[in-house]
Amino acid sequence: MTDASMPARYERPSALAFLGYAAAVVIILWSFAGAGFSIDKEISSPPRFADFIDRAFPPNMEPKVLARLGWKMLETLQIALAGAVIGIVCSVPVALLAARGLIAPTWINQVVRTGLGFIRAVPDIAWALVFVVAVGLGPFAGMLAIAIDTIGFCGRFFADDMEAADKGPSESLTATGARKLDVVACATIPATMPAFISTSLFATEKAVRSSTILGLVGAGGIGIELKVGFDLFDYPTAMTVILMIAVVVISFEYLSGWARTKIIGEQR
Amino acid sequence: MSARCIRTPGTHSSTISSVTNLTTETQVAPTRPQQTGAEVFAPVLPVDLRVTRLAKSFAGTLIFKNVSFGLSRGEAVAIVGANGTGKSTLLRCLMGLIPADAGAIDVLGTDVRGAKSSDLRAMRAQMGLVSQKHNLVPRLSVLSNVVQGLLGQSPGIRHWSQSFAPAASRAEAMAALTKVGLAHLASRRADRLSGGQSQRVAIARALVGQPKILIADEPTASLDPAAGEDVMDLFFDLARQEGVTVIFISHNIDHALRYGDRVLGLADGGMPLDARAKNLSAQDLRGLYD
Ligand SMILES: Nc1ncnc2c1ncn2[C@@H]1O[C@H](COP(=O)(O)OP(=O)(O)OP(=O)(O)O)[C@@H](O)[C@H]1O
Ligand SMILES: [Mg+2]
Repeated sequence: MTDASMPARYERPSALAFLGYAAAVVIILWSFAGAGFSIDKEISSPPRFADFIDRAFPPNMEPKVLARLGWKMLETLQIALAGAVIGIVCSVPVALLAARGLIAPTWINQVVRTGLGFIRAVPDIAWALVFVVAVGLGPFAGMLAIAIDTIGFCGRFFADDMEAADKGPSESLTATGARKLDVVACATIPATMPAFISTSLFATEKAVRSSTILGLVGAGGIGIELKVGFDLFDYPTAMTVILMIAVVVISFEYLSGWARTKIIGEQR
Repeated sequence: MSARCIRTPGTHSSTISSVTNLTTETQVAPTRPQQTGAEVFAPVLPVDLRVTRLAKSFAGTLIFKNVSFGLSRGEAVAIVGANGTGKSTLLRCLMGLIPADAGAIDVLGTDVRGAKSSDLRAMRAQMGLVSQKHNLVPRLSVLSNVVQGLLGQSPGIRHWSQSFAPAASRAEAMAALTKVGLAHLASRRADRLSGGQSQRVAIARALVGQPKILIADEPTASLDPAAGEDVMDLFFDLARQEGVTVIFISHNIDHALRYGDRVLGLADGGMPLDARAKNLSAQDLRGLYD
């Protein structure tokens, strides 16, 4: 191997790529303009924010209020958990159809992936609105919204994980004469399990975050308290809700990180 | 157990030169008399596998073309050749795991290139493959991996894991593990094995279905010399005593000549060597690697 030349450390961008970068910069600046970015408002907002903080502190710590908010928070977590579990379970078959080269022909992969893209494109709060119309106000609508949102997320990532799994074991099981479904169940899914668990935990974290605002549109959970607090200018109670959400969400992220290392950390 | 002394002397009607032109005559697999001493000219055993003018390229790069050979039942064949000459690719084509570009492949009466997937599965269920990279399913136990070797014969959830498997299948899997000397590791996780151990599990998985054709891609590459001999002896006995057709790839010239009845050599995008092992010397094989 005499003429094997050393590859360059960095590839030089082509003229076309350079145009691409320039276009990206222009688009970003244009977006700032579109978003109404203004120095004036930047300067005037800290005092107004300080004013809000001033009126919101101290947060409402009345035991009766805390108890009511606590129960609402619990309902919120139940919505999140139930929705996430339903979504994760349903995502497995959906992902099997979405993963390229697994069991379904390419056109089905495309259709399912487009469907999942659509689910993700619609924000969770919009799904909640749809389900409030469909099944009425209350936590059930919220749970359905979380479930569908989770399918959009997990269906896509489970499928990507399965596509990325080492093809060796599948090939060897195919060589035994096994059916496609058996190969997927025996080789692809066990190999992908750590990624599944990790994705599922992320999905549950995401569900906990989403579930806290579903109440804004009447789909159950603590969000309704936030809305009422702001509508009635009861900023101390609204502040309690915000702090409560922050504590719960952050604790849940720690919990899920801990579970992740416990379940897959050492086994990977 | 000495493999060399069980060798049947090659008595064949077809002549083979060490470098064959692949004409129609040489594609006909030499028939081998049975151990019991069948008559020399009796066309004894059926042909298990025939490859005709096979070609394969990846993304426009030719790997090999015009590869033709046939194997009869109970024959042990070594495939040799330098790295990247397409040995593993050839085996994948034989089992229909990847499509070939041209030519014909007939395995156990199945036209591999034209077969329906159900026919392909039926064919594969009668074969065993030991992959070069072992390809065990990580995170599952050794025993589950071996039980999965029966999926071709018994599809369905009962052979997904040793936990659901029928008693008979578990026993067969244990027997296969015993053959490769790993019964004591049956419940170990497959990704916690040493290289040689995982290779032997892969061999057990290929053997558990009692294949008619056993295909092994460098089955002794990860094994210590003694374990390597044991495995080759095991394959050789299968060929001799149970009439299993054994195809193995080896970079070990000694193994190729000792355990192969025939040696096929890949080089330069073709198969320039197809000869009886007894007519070959180590020197002939080394020539392939130049
Ligand atoms: N899926 C693939 N896509 C593209 N090229 C491939 C693919 N598989 C194999 N090749 C190429 O085909 C050639 C033959 O590969 P193959 O694995 O059959 O070689 P081999 O004879 O088994 O070599 P070794 O002795 O190293 O195992 C190599 O150059 C390899 O890079
Ligand atoms: Mg190889």
